[in-house]
Amino acid sequence: MLTFQCPYCGVQACETELAAGGEAHLKRFGPGSSDEDFEGYLFLRPNVKGVHFERWRHAMGCGKWFLAARCTATLEVFGTYPAQTTEPPPEIIAAIKARRPDWSLS
Amino acid sequence: MRRYSAFAIAREAMRHHLGWERAWKSPTPKAQYDVIIVGAGGHGLATAYYLGKNHGIRNVAVIEKGWLGGGNTGRNTTIIRSNYLQDPSAAIYEKARSLYETLSQDLNYNVMFSPRGVMMLAQTEHEIRGYQRTAHANALQGVATEFISPRRVKELCPIINIDGPRYPVLGALWQPRGGTARHDAVAWGYARACSDMGMDIIQQTEVTGVKREGGRVVGVETTKGYIGCSKLGIVVAGHSGVMAERAGFRLPIESVALQALVSEPIKPIMDVVVMANTVHGYMSQSDKGEMVIGGGADNYNNYTQRGSFQHVEETVRALIETFPIISRLKMLRWWGGIVDMTGDRSPIISKTPVDGVFVNCGWGTGGFKAIPGSGWAMAELMAKGHSPLADAFSLGRFREGRFIDESVAAGVAH
Ligand SMILES: Cc1cc2nc3c(=O)[nH]c(=O)nc-3n(C[C@H](O)[C@H](O)[C@H](O)COP(=O)(O)OP(=O)(O)OC[C@H]3O[C@@H](n4cnc5c(N)ncnc54)[C@H](O)[C@@H]3O)c2cc1C
Ligand SMILES: [Zn+2]
Repeated sequence: MLTFQCPYCGVQACETELAAGGEAHLKRFGPGSSDEDFEGYLFLRPNVKGVHFERWRHAMGCGKWFLAARCTATLEVFGTYPAQTTEPPPEIIAAIKARRPDWSLS
Repeated sequence: MRRYSAFAIAREAMRHHLGWERAWKSPTPKAQYDVIIVGAGGHGLATAYYLGKNHGIRNVAVIEKGWLGGGNTGRNTTIIRSNYLQDPSAAIYEKARSLYETLSQDLNYNVMFSPRGVMMLAQTEHEIRGYQRTAHANALQGVATEFISPRRVKELCPIINIDGPRYPVLGALWQPRGGTARHDAVAWGYARACSDMGMDIIQQTEVTGVKREGGRVVGVETTKGYIGCSKLGIVVAGHSGVMAERAGFRLPIESVALQALVSEPIKPIMDVVVMANTVHGYMSQSDKGEMVIGGGADNYNNYTQRGSFQHVEETVRALIETFPIISRLKMLRWWGGIVDMTGDRSPIISKTPVDGVFVNCGWGTGGFKAIPGSGWAMAELMAKGHSPLADAFSLGRFREGRFIDESVAAGVAH
C-alpha cells in the first residue's frame, strides 16, 4: 500500500486517503498555441517506467493538492512537496539521486 | 504440423503419447524480416497470424521479452462481449466475437470459446438509461443484445440477490452470445499456427531500441543483437509508453495496474458472466469451478503487476451483497496486470510518426475479447496501409477531437 507524507498537514497518508491526479509539472498550452503543443499538453505522456513526478490530493484529509516523486517500477516514494512549484525542488532531486545514481531530470 | 483430432488422441493412446510434436519452434533469429512484431501477447500473435493467412506475408518474427502469453493475455478474466456504444467499437469487437465462434476450428486448437451469455447489471437509474441506449445502438449495429427485467436476471442467474438494500438489480443488458474463452489457449493456438506458417516466435528476447534511417524504421536492437525489418508492429500493452519512447514518439497512454482473483473451486453455481459496473465487480465460474472475480483498475501510474488491498476489498464487499452465496469462499490466487489506458477508453491501431512503425495498444482493461478482430485489422493496416476496421482508431483522433468515447461501456468493465 502506498503512503505519502502530506507536505501541508504532515500526516502520513495511505492511498485510500488520497486521490491520484496524474503527471505533475505539465507545461500548459492554451488558445493560440500550435496543434502539436496543444495535443502534447492534453494527451501525450511519457508514461515513464521509473522516476515519476505526480499530483496527489489529500482528499480525506486537509483536501489540498501536493506533488510527489515516486518510482512506478518499484512504488518507492522519494518525497513529497507543495504544489506551488514549477519544477521539483533540489532536496527532492537529491533524494532521488541518492537512490537512483544513474537518473537525471530530463 | 500434425493436426489435433479425436483420431490423433486415439493414435497417441496406442503408442504411449510419444508422437506429439512441439506446438511451436524455438528458432534463432534471422538477420532480416519483412515484419517484426514486438510482443507475443494475443494481439501481437493474432496480427502475425492474419498477416500470413490473409495477406501472404510470412517472413515475420514475433519478439517477446518473457514467454508468449505471459502478459495481460495470460492474466485476464476472459470476458468476451461486443455490446459497446459507438459504431467503430461495435464493428471491431463484433468482428472479434464472431471470429471467436469458429476460432478453434480455424486454428485447429481448442480455445474453449463458451458463449454462455454476458449480463451487465443496471443498479442505478442512470445505468438503466445507459444500457437501454446501448441496446438500441446495438440493434442498429447488428449486435444481438437486449435489456432484460430483474425477473429475467434472476431466472438466468438464480444466485443473484436482486433486492439488496444498497445495490438492487433494476435490469440488465444481456448479450446471449457473449461469454468466455481459455486465455492461454488463444495465445498458444495462434502461436502454433504462426510457427506452422514458418514465422519465428523469439521468446526471452527484449526489444531495447528501434533503429531509424531518414525517418523510417530499418530494424530493432534486442538483447540477442540487431535484427533488421521493413515494418515494425509495436503490440506491447502496458509497455507501450516505454517502447514508443524507444522509437522516438509519445502516446496518449498511461499504464496502471488492474487485478483479479479466483476462489477455491466449487460445484457449478452460475453459467453466465455477470458484471456489475456500479460496484466495480464482476464474476464468472471457470470450467474448473473457481469463481473468477475482477474489479476496477488502480488510478495511478504503475508497472509492478501487483494489486492493492483496498480494491480487492471494495470489489469483494460489493459482490457479496449481490452474491451472498460467495461470502465464505476462500480465495486461492490473486494477481495484477499492467493495462494501457487511453483517455476515451478506446484502443489505438495506427501508423505512427515513424515510417514503417505501427502501434496496436490502448486496449486497457478489456482487450482479450478483441484479440481476433484486432489482429485482423492490424494485419490489414500493416499490409495495405489502411483498414476499414482500424481507421477510426488512429492516433490522429486525439489531435482532431474524434474521440470514440467508451468510458460508459468500458470505463470499468472488461
Ligand atoms: C486482471 C485483468 C483482467 C482483465 N480482464 C479482461 C476481460 O475479462 N476481458 C477482456 O476482454 N480483457 C480483459 N483484460 C484486458 C486484456 O487482458 C488485455 O487488453 C489484452 O490481453 C492485451 O493483450 P496484448 O496482446 O495487447 O498484451 P499482452 O498480453 O500484455 O502482451 C504484450 C507482450 O509484450 C511483451 N513486451 C513488452 N515490452 C517488450 C519489449 N520491449 N520487447 C519484447 N516484448 C515486450 C510483454 O512481455 C507481453 O508478453 C484484463 C486485464 C487484466 C490485467
Ligand atoms: Zn494534508
